[in-house]
Amino acid sequence: MPGEAVAIVGASGSGKSTLLGLLAGLDTPSSGAVRLDGTDLFALDEDGRAALRSRLLGFVFQSFQLLPALNALENVMLPLELAGDARAPGLAREMLARVGLAERLHHYPKTLSGGEQQRVALARAFVTRPKLLLADEPTGNLDAATGAGVIDLMFELNAEGGTTLLLVTHDEAIAGRCARRIRLVAGRIDGEARG
Amino acid sequence: MARLAFRMLLRDWRAGELRVLALALLLAAGSVSSVAFFADRIRQALTREAHQVLGADVLLSADHPWSAEFREAMARLGLRQAESVSFVSMARAGDEAQLAAVKAVSQGYPLRGKLRTAPGLNAADGDADGVPPGGSVWLDERMMAALKLKGGDAIELGRARLRVAAVLTLEPDRGVSFMNFAPRIMMRVEDLPATGLIQPQSRISYQLLAAGEREAVGRFEQWARARLGRGERIDSLENARPEVRAGLDRAQSFLGLAAMLSVVLSAVAVALGARRYTERHLDGYAVMRCMGAGQSRLFALFAWEFLFLALLASLAGCALGFLVQNVVAWWLASLVPGTLPQPGPAPLLQGAAAGLVLLLGFALPPLLQLKDVPALRVMRRDLGEVHRSAVAVYIAGLAAAFLLLRWQAGELKLAAYVFAGFLGAFVVFAAIAYAALRLAGRLGRAGSVSWRYGLASLMRRPRGNAVQIVAIAVGLTAVLLLTLIRADLLDAWRRRLPPDAPDRFLVNIQPEQRGALAEFFRRNGVAEPQAFPMVRARLVSVNGKPVSAEDFSDERAKRQIEREFNLTYLSALPPDNRVTEGAWFGARDMAGGALSVEHSIAERLGIRVGDRLEFLSAGRGFSAPVTSVRKLDWDSMRPNFFFIATPGLLQDLPASYVASFHAPAGDQRLTLRLSQAFPNLTVIDVGLVLRQVQAVMNQLIGAVQLVFLFALAAGVLVLYAALLATQDERTHEAAVMRALGARRAQVLSAQRAEFAVLGVIAGALGALGASAIGWVLATRIFELDFVWNAWIWLAGPALGLACVVVNAWAGARAALGRPPMAALREVV
Repeated sequence: MPGEAVAIVGASGSGKSTLLGLLAGLDTPSSGAVRLDGTDLFALDEDGRAALRSRLLGFVFQSFQLLPALNALENVMLPLELAGDARAPGLAREMLARVGLAERLHHYPKTLSGGEQQRVALARAFVTRPKLLLADEPTGNLDAATGAGVIDLMFELNAEGGTTLLLVTHDEAIAGRCARRIRLVAGRIDGEARG
Repeated sequence: MARLAFRMLLRDWRAGELRVLALALLLAAGSVSSVAFFADRIRQALTREAHQVLGADVLLSADHPWSAEFREAMARLGLRQAESVSFVSMARAGDEAQLAAVKAVSQGYPLRGKLRTAPGLNAADGDADGVPPGGSVWLDERMMAALKLKGGDAIELGRARLRVAAVLTLEPDRGVSFMNFAPRIMMRVEDLPATGLIQPQSRISYQLLAAGEREAVGRFEQWARARLGRGERIDSLENARPEVRAGLDRAQSFLGLAAMLSVVLSAVAVALGARRYTERHLDGYAVMRCMGAGQSRLFALFAWEFLFLALLASLAGCALGFLVQNVVAWWLASLVPGTLPQPGPAPLLQGAAAGLVLLLGFALPPLLQLKDVPALRVMRRDLGEVHRSAVAVYIAGLAAAFLLLRWQAGELKLAAYVFAGFLGAFVVFAAIAYAALRLAGRLGRAGSVSWRYGLASLMRRPRGNAVQIVAIAVGLTAVLLLTLIRADLLDAWRRRLPPDAPDRFLVNIQPEQRGALAEFFRRNGVAEPQAFPMVRARLVSVNGKPVSAEDFSDERAKRQIEREFNLTYLSALPPDNRVTEGAWFGARDMAGGALSVEHSIAERLGIRVGDRLEFLSAGRGFSAPVTSVRKLDWDSMRPNFFFIATPGLLQDLPASYVASFHAPAGDQRLTLRLSQAFPNLTVIDVGLVLRQVQAVMNQLIGAVQLVFLFALAAGVLVLYAALLATQDERTHEAAVMRALGARRAQVLSAQRAEFAVLGVIAGALGALGASAIGWVLATRIFELDFVWNAWIWLAGPALGLACVVVNAWAGARAALGRPPMAALREVV
């Protein structure tokens, strides 16, 4: 459902990240198909999948994955620039202001705290207005208080943009905030809960 | 795309990501262009110096006066011109008479180089101001002595009476030619008619001299060559004076070598920089793939960024190269005679091309490897490491490096040797380094914690460290090659022209004079020189087919075929000769008669082993097959012969003898006594010419050394780049160690242990490499005797240690200067 928040939970090695990789078309399945917005991902070639990702997907990673050579603003501008969007600087500024980093536009990742880095990553993920946001353990590298702040922000942005959220986590509390929770055990769906 | 790439370039630059690569490229373009700029200027200056030997840039000679159109062409092209007329005539003064080589010159002569004169015999000489004034002559010392003259006396030449104005002590363009044996009288061309010596049947040589801008000279030469008639010839540096040319060729080989070393060293630096860059950008690449950038788009993005980088860094490098060579030229102004000509624009192109080609060759392969980096790396860091051992990807880089080498060397053979030398060294170095590391690991199990940890970390990444050892060893190879081996090579070169090289030629020795001559030498304390019989003969047919000048297009071939050759007969091969084809005279050749031909004349006249040559000497013909082709050493200053026959073939023909000897220092009147004792004998004093050749050679050696300095600097900078390449890892390790509670001193000594082993292995390898390359260069390229240098085995490891110790100091400061957390965070 558009705008829905879904959590994928499971122990380490249960296949959560593999599933996320498949859903994003970053990894190829040995069998089966993945449909994204009605398109069969693996009917496309690598560049076709990339184009689809560029149009539909946003990413947030456990290790933030900001480019160390770019400052906060440039990191957020990057997906727009790659798509050839001339509005990149304006949109990126707005988005960074929205995540509370208007004062730190020109800071490099190494001079930002973990929480700040992940907020830059959130801004980068949402700046393209993706239909689907894939988040891989977004608080895995953060302490509890900082992590909670980031999660709050992520749900707010999710609601504002009407983005569908797919969240991989092993944190039951975070999973509890999602409308739907899917549990993975040894690579298989072991149950689904709602509410 | 290009704009985004340019923005990425600026961002990467600002973040310091490109500094190593940019520095390497700057260095590449800088060293190549500075060497090229400087070599270009030195080459121009050397050419100009060598032109002094001609007295001009181009020298036209004919047995009849030159038509006006040649003078007009010179004037049209803005060339300076002068003329001279040479002939042999008797000169008289009082009761004395002497055969003189007369040279009548016009105002402005010589166009290159300077005459030197002294006011009287044994007076100090100085640069001459112009040419002899009208109505007067300058005589050389031998002429003064022969005619028993002093300054102010007069001589009679033909019908004219001319005053002796000065003693001519140096005439730069006086060659070693056998035609130049008589003592010199120099006069004004305007005084010639008064002598009445210019008659229709006289044997006179008319010369036109031209000098000016290189381009205009080249155009004139081309124009004139197309219009040369019979009995006319053109001499430029290209076809004049084989012994000077041999020196220039060798110097240019050395200059090329210096430039090539810069190319190889820069290639290593660029390869290291490119690897560091791509390794640091693996994550960013994967992230951008997640963001939906296609592979081809990303490849284009990086390719554009690298292209911009290459262009900018190369241009900056060229600017630096230009500045550096200017500073050096200024610094060394007193060593280089005259002012250096300004360099042409070609070195700029060379520098920029060096940067571009190297970056394309060494950075594109790792970039292409980025394509194999899965986007999934963002979630699983173990994926998509660039495979370091993939030799195949560096093939493009190697090809690029070879291309540049070939370009720099200007000849395939030299380029191939240097390239094969470095490539072989890479492979051998890597194998030895790997083995040495394993050995060190085995030996390192005892000792302090730091020592054990240091060696353990060497062993933890033996391949990476082997690569680093190779890089340092290559740098050290270059440094050692440029210092110790270069000095050895230059010494060996210098030794080829020993100070006691023969400096007098004796021509026209009659067979019956040989005993008296030997007695004369004994009395004067000079070792009796070997005398070669000389038979003058004209080549009339090859394999029964008559030869004439018209059969050849080559100007020298035409000239030589019209003249008589000087043949000698010998049963043993002369010491400076080397048979390259066929075999030296055997018993059957001795019985039946055979000929040995010099390599260059054989090539020019198209003579091969097995051809039957027929000669005509004093009306008598003889013929024999060619059984060998020889190469001879033009540096030797001994009588050299194009044709050598078996004694049986020539013994009955009228012959005179020719010999060369070294006149003892301080006995300047030996020559005079010799010509007084043997009036028919021609004594050619090559001492002056020899000193000139030696002076030119000393200059060449100086120039070569200057150019080698640049390559030396490049080598040292490559060492820095090589060590910088593993700095990230070391910084991170130091942080981990300190996080685990290691004291600062422990971290330092662990790194020191690691570096010490690394440096000593690399240094020993460098010594090995430099010795091997030096040996190949000496024996295969420069044909010199190579002397193994023992010092290199001490200097190599010591230098290796010194280099890594300096780096360890700088690197450790970087590693320990910040809190461990900062270092840990940066590398994660």
